[in-house]
Amino acid sequence: MKQQRKAIALISGGLDSMLAAKTVMEQGVHIEGINFFTGFCVEGHTHGIRERDKAKPKRNNSLWVAEQLGIKLHIVDVIEEYKKVLINPKHGYGANMNPCLDCKIFMVSKAKQWIVENNFDFIITGEVIGQRPMSQRKATMPIVAKESGADDLLLRPLCAKNLPATLPEREGWVDREKLHDITGRSRKPQMAMAEKFGIDDYAQPAGGCCFLTDKSYSAKLVDLWKARDSKDYELDDVMLLKVGRHIRPKAHFKMIVAREEGEGRFMQGYKRDYISMLCTSHSGPLVLLDGSPSAEDLYLAASITARYGQGRDAEQVDMAIMEKDGSERTIQVKPLAVDKLPEEWLI
Amino acid sequence: MREVLNARRLLCPLPVIRTQDKVKQLQPGDQLEVICTDPGVMQDIPAWCRINGHKVLESSSGGHEYIIVLEVGG
Repeated sequence: MKQQRKAIALISGGLDSMLAAKTVMEQGVHIEGINFFTGFCVEGHTHGIRERDKAKPKRNNSLWVAEQLGIKLHIVDVIEEYKKVLINPKHGYGANMNPCLDCKIFMVSKAKQWIVENNFDFIITGEVIGQRPMSQRKATMPIVAKESGADDLLLRPLCAKNLPATLPEREGWVDREKLHDITGRSRKPQMAMAEKFGIDDYAQPAGGCCFLTDKSYSAKLVDLWKARDSKDYELDDVMLLKVGRHIRPKAHFKMIVAREEGEGRFMQGYKRDYISMLCTSHSGPLVLLDGSPSAEDLYLAASITARYGQGRDAEQVDMAIMEKDGSERTIQVKPLAVDKLPEEWLI
Repeated sequence: MREVLNARRLLCPLPVIRTQDKVKQLQPGDQLEVICTDPGVMQDIPAWCRINGHKVLESSSGGHEYIIVLEVGG
């Protein structure tokens, strides 16, 4: 009896990786999915924080795709290892702080490691030549295969016919004729294929599935590194860059101002790690202070905090300042006038 | 055997990853109670259980906490 081959499919939660896995499943290959969590994945986080997003139906798309395909999904925490990819990408950044090519090489290399450890035969991705300007070009396809160490164990079913035959094709584990030759940014071939497979519900992420492709998020990350004079970060930093308004009145401290109740509740969990502020005479947002503000800076931060609360037009408000050790004091402060907040303080 | 996993303050998919890692250390038939603060777990952990052959015994929420009890599959 012919041996059933096994492949691991990189599942992002989008349509392309779903179709790539489905294409090879149809050929009788045993498929399991793998999804890497870098800390910057868009999946879930802001929905989990913001009150206004709670009414929307929410799902983790990679889990949903795996369930639709009827395959197992392995979600792998790569937060620590991913730091070296982001901090010093060999192939540089894209339009923002997105190291897309290095990221793809890293993920395929992790998948290669996984197939060796789990006795699988090859790797599948949903890559399409010309789909993305940095990581999915004709020139980058061999770079990903070579630098990841996957070499010809890396099969891209959606554009395989435009690439040299890989080992699974040469060995007859998959029939190359039943693979595809999609190129470019048009989504029409994928949509037609989805229809053929009876897939009528899939995620269509705008701007990709990573916060690092977001201009505003990237600006906050660069600001963080600049302020600390170091390109290091922890997961909590990554999380807090996703919430609130970020305001840097001075180089040595930054304010994170909750924009709504859900963000405020999430930020409550950081009160032991940061000095925080909350107006007690009027309703207003919770604010975290990152850095080392002086007593004078605290007064300035309090006046800015007051500007975002219901007491913004009051002559004076009471502002509670909570230290990391839990001690608390209240100061009286005049809210900063709305037009007195310099644009350049907003990150 | 029943174990408790504290996944408070973690946002999805981290509660799923922690659940996945904990389940690897358990035996079929063992139960795991996962306590979370991200409401997304009410969708994600049951989905993860379904595709990996585990069974959700209970799910509940109160205050700002969400609790899921699962039984490890064979």
